[in-house]
Amino acid sequence: MLKHRNFDDNTHLFGRIWGIVTSVCIIAYPFLCMLIFDAGLNWDLVLTGIGVIAMYWVVSVVETFTYAPMLGASGTYLGFVTGNLSNLKVPCALNCMEQAGVKSGTEEGEVISSISIAVSSIVTMLIIVLGVCIIAVLTPLLESEALKPAFDQILPALFGAMAVVYISKNWKIAILPCALMLVVFIVGSFVGGEGLAQTLIGVMVPVGVVVTIAYTRIIYKKGWLGEQGYLKAETAETSENTK
Amino acid sequence: MDKNAAVLYLIVGIIIAVVTAQAVFFLVRSYRRGVVIGMDKKVLNKTILRAGVFTIAPAIAILVGIVTLSDKLGVPLPWLRLSVIGSLSYETIASGIVQVVEDADTYVTVAFIMTIGMIVSMFLPLFIGKKIQRGMIKIQSKDKKWGELFMTALFMGMISAFLGFVFGAVNTGLKGFIPVFVFLTSALAMAICGLLLKVTKWKWITDYALPFSMVVGMLMAIPYTSWIV
Repeated sequence: MLKHRNFDDNTHLFGRIWGIVTSVCIIAYPFLCMLIFDAGLNWDLVLTGIGVIAMYWVVSVVETFTYAPMLGASGTYLGFVTGNLSNLKVPCALNCMEQAGVKSGTEEGEVISSISIAVSSIVTMLIIVLGVCIIAVLTPLLESEALKPAFDQILPALFGAMAVVYISKNWKIAILPCALMLVVFIVGSFVGGEGLAQTLIGVMVPVGVVVTIAYTRIIYKKGWLGEQGYLKAETAETSENTK
Repeated sequence: MDKNAAVLYLIVGIIIAVVTAQAVFFLVRSYRRGVVIGMDKKVLNKTILRAGVFTIAPAIAILVGIVTLSDKLGVPLPWLRLSVIGSLSYETIASGIVQVVEDADTYVTVAFIMTIGMIVSMFLPLFIGKKIQRGMIKIQSKDKKWGELFMTALFMGMISAFLGFVFGAVNTGLKGFIPVFVFLTSALAMAICGLLLKVTKWKWITDYALPFSMVVGMLMAIPYTSWIV
């Protein structure tokens, strides 16, 4: 007898099927190039690249465990195929959930997260297709020295706007991890030079997450989060309903 | 070899079409699910608008990455890598293993390294996505408040790391503070949007506040850089 599958089961089934199909397509590219150009791998170069590959395997494992709980099932299956997670898909999903007034981890949160990642992926692909079609016209503009600082600073600009929302709403939770990360990166810049931050960020996202979860658990158990943003809202809502 | 051969555009176009089909599939499925569970269609439509507007500036930054990498790799490979699966930081580092790409062997090797580096990102979520989701449901069913705080802690952990990242070059003097000034400008723009919303009650501000603040921060990076550097 066929097992009855609910919506969640189907999400995982479809997510896996699409994931396998798209992954096979993506993996096929270098091999198709080998056939078309009658070329082979340069094993010396592969050996040179092994360090980079290993580093990104570790980053990928860490990203999966960090971002998957935030994005929900559909968002995870789609987000990891379409890439650009920390600089686009995750902030986009968080912003849309925040604006829609839904919480991550709920069914509504899953719907909003999934829609936002799908739309973000489609819009990104459309903009890039358009850009590729007129790349000759765009190249002087996009590579201009005048505009370069703006494109170099997209992460600070993105997280500055997000931080003010999340920190103001959850300052009791934010205070320790923010202080810790400031110390780590400032000390790191003096000890390891300016390039260290690029390497550190991949490691410090999960470290920040683990520290924040542990610290939040402690202050939650101690009852210090009674006045925290959403709890205040929840209390207000309950009293509204009671009236 | 011709790194911009028509056949490469064709292959990349087909792969991107498949990934776009996946995005459309999940968009339609999630939208329908939202309607079934009683979510207001207005909220769903607004989410589509918000996500679209939010994406414009980062997508243009990704396009800049493609233009930069196209000098070395041609257009099709960076187009593929940055439209799907990849990230600008990884693709730049992976392509950095060679100074120039002129012969086909080097080209396919760089493409191979880029692909293999992201293989864990492609397959690990397929194996453990279900377990992670079940784990989250378990946490939330045991203690709803803690479940919500757990999610907030996840977000705050990520945001705190990027807050620190912004200060990652302060050892270089005033130049290293440019990201900090951009961060603060963007935060200030967002705070002003919040105040404006409170005073005017114009709800549409919420739809554009984040992308607007981000663009303000990015644009202000131009005068900051010219004044400081």
